[in-house]
Amino acid sequence: MPVLQMRLATLSAAFIVFAATTSGALAQKKYDPGATDTEIKIGNIMPYSGPASAYGVIGKTEAAYFNKINAEGGINGRKINFISYDDAYSPPKTVEQARKLVESDEVLLIFNSLGTPPNSAIHKYMNSKKVPQLFVATGATKWNDPKHFPWTMGWQPNYQSETRIYAKYILKNMPNAKIAVMYQNDDYGKDYLQGLLDGLGSKAKTMIVAEESYETSEPTVDSHIVKLKASGADVFINISTPKFAAQAIKKIAEIGWKPTHFLNNVSASIGSVIKPAGYENAQGIISSAYLKDPTDPQWKDDAGMKGWNAFLDKYYPEANRADASVMYGYTVAQTMVHVLKACGDNLTRANVMKQAASMKNLSFGGLLPGVTINTSATDFAPLAQLQLEKFEGNTWHRFGDIISGDVGG
Amino acid sequence: MSAIQETVTDAPAIDAVPKRAMTLGAGTSAVVLLLLLVMPLFVKNFVIFQLTTVLIYGLAVLALNILTGGSGQFSLGQSAFYALGAYISAVLMEHAGMNYALTLPISGIICFAFGFLFGLPALRLSGIYLALATFALAVAMPQFLKLGALEEWTGGVQGLVVTKPDAPFGLPLSQDTWLYYFTLAIAIAIYIASINLLRSRSGRAMMAIRDNEIAASAMGINVALYKTLAFGVSAGITGVAGGLGAIVVQFVAPDSYTIQLAIALFLGMVVGGVGWLPGSIVGAAFIVFVPNIAESISKGLSGAVFGVLLFVVIFLVPHGARQVALVCQHWIGKLKRS
Repeated sequence: MPVLQMRLATLSAAFIVFAATTSGALAQKKYDPGATDTEIKIGNIMPYSGPASAYGVIGKTEAAYFNKINAEGGINGRKINFISYDDAYSPPKTVEQARKLVESDEVLLIFNSLGTPPNSAIHKYMNSKKVPQLFVATGATKWNDPKHFPWTMGWQPNYQSETRIYAKYILKNMPNAKIAVMYQNDDYGKDYLQGLLDGLGSKAKTMIVAEESYETSEPTVDSHIVKLKASGADVFINISTPKFAAQAIKKIAEIGWKPTHFLNNVSASIGSVIKPAGYENAQGIISSAYLKDPTDPQWKDDAGMKGWNAFLDKYYPEANRADASVMYGYTVAQTMVHVLKACGDNLTRANVMKQAASMKNLSFGGLLPGVTINTSATDFAPLAQLQLEKFEGNTWHRFGDIISGDVGG
Repeated sequence: MSAIQETVTDAPAIDAVPKRAMTLGAGTSAVVLLLLLVMPLFVKNFVIFQLTTVLIYGLAVLALNILTGGSGQFSLGQSAFYALGAYISAVLMEHAGMNYALTLPISGIICFAFGFLFGLPALRLSGIYLALATFALAVAMPQFLKLGALEEWTGGVQGLVVTKPDAPFGLPLSQDTWLYYFTLAIAIAIYIASINLLRSRSGRAMMAIRDNEIAASAMGINVALYKTLAFGVSAGITGVAGGLGAIVVQFVAPDSYTIQLAIALFLGMVVGGVGWLPGSIVGAAFIVFVPNIAESISKGLSGAVFGVLLFVVIFLVPHGARQVALVCQHWIGKLKRS
């Protein structure tokens, strides 16, 4: 009998100790799938192959940045396990890869998946599974909708706010402008166009005298430019990706058209657009920016740019430093690391969203001076500021204030 | 002209597949069916989703197989019919509030009509010329889906989100499992119907055209009719597959149905074995799983790795899964005898 009592006593004592330790642990550390004492699993989906494969660089830069973080000891002692899959920019494949990440790899969150159609395809799924779909790599306006999609958050300034800013500028400085627009016939081009139409408001009908859309499968946009010139417009709004933007700039100079040229920031890179189009052809172009352009000589001695270069030297030496996507991937990965650090030991999906939605006046080396990241429970658009800039000589000259163009989803 | 055309039309590497060789034996069919039935019980929801995708692509490959293996015509435009079917189902479900199962026959019928009508002018062309005409259709389709005039229904470039159906009658199945069995039932029905079609008078007519068009017309076969019919049937089945795809993926967008899809389906047919209907599912598994394997080998070179794997398959087994199946049959036969 005493033996049994002894055993019972030890058992209950053991039980008490066990309960005490587990409840203690629970109070300090909280984990959802994908997070442990030693590791945080982050999923990512990128078009490494297919029509949009040029953006795959973003995924590679992010992987390199997380390697750097891991080499420096990780986040609160936890290493980042960055699992990045290819969807070839095909939405059905994105759904497959997202499900693989969430249900098979069991990641804590999906970070910076790229493209509007791919992200639209998993939007509902991620929110019904309550897995964060953080900092999606698309400028569409619909990601800022915390009320209906509390698990999805964008990152970059959305396309509509950019053309709204141009519209504001035109209405103020050139109220009698005759506007010609060229845009890419897809979600990105149409979103930009929508912003312009909204920004011009009731004047859009009379001010816009010509619209041309082009397909990415076209070899050149020359014929569109010629048509737009024939409309007699004196303002040209150029909504195109780098290759086409360079063609347009060159063609405009060639045919002697001299409109005020607004170039979307997607193509504001000196290295991949202005240089191939010719510096002399690009004088006076107006654009806007939120990131520093690594090919712009004015940042040569900038501390943020030096940090970026040091990172690339060590962790991603083969990167093309003229590619704006590298700067993008670097800065968005920094934002991710900031959120995970802020989570501390409470690595639940709910807390990740909470921390992502409480970033205040955050600034990174790659962002333009004065541009900051701000979110709140009702504002899921981390970056909403842009600054206008004009191309003069061989560099962009920023002018005017930092402008905020918040547009809700 | 005729000499050139003949060398061109003779080019198809489609052997005259005898109609018995187009199917599996009863025993093998039962085993495969059993496997397909029990598989979902042992795997995660995500794998069930992948298997459902395989079945859907299998249907689309089967449709192409009827066209190419059955009537000897090439098509690179299957993605257009797939897209059409997907959009019809999605629009009917989301805008007309129709039950998902009812949208499928509608998708099938409209795609059949569309394919039949497209076939009328296109089938004056043969061989690679027809392939080019259908290629044009595949390239044009995503742009039609983006048209501003249709945006109210199609959602334009943003696409359309589809609600995923639950299992009916309160069956204790997850959405994924239910959709898998639903797709499986449709796939089996279409598979059986296709086999019967190819064994029927119409099927024999199609195969006669495939083997020798001039001889077939000399025997009194209405060549134009049967060619168009094959085109229509193929388009109809592809449309049903597209509708299923929309329901399972829960999203349609023009970017889902580019020429890449058409090429993938074509690839699936070749890997599965042209003219061998059971190979369709093998081909579909190839186009769903092999890109993932290629990616796990090398991320940056996934396309190249995929190319190498494809090359190996074409080099080692030029007749695809059919060849592998024949070899297996041969060995099993030997074992039985000894």
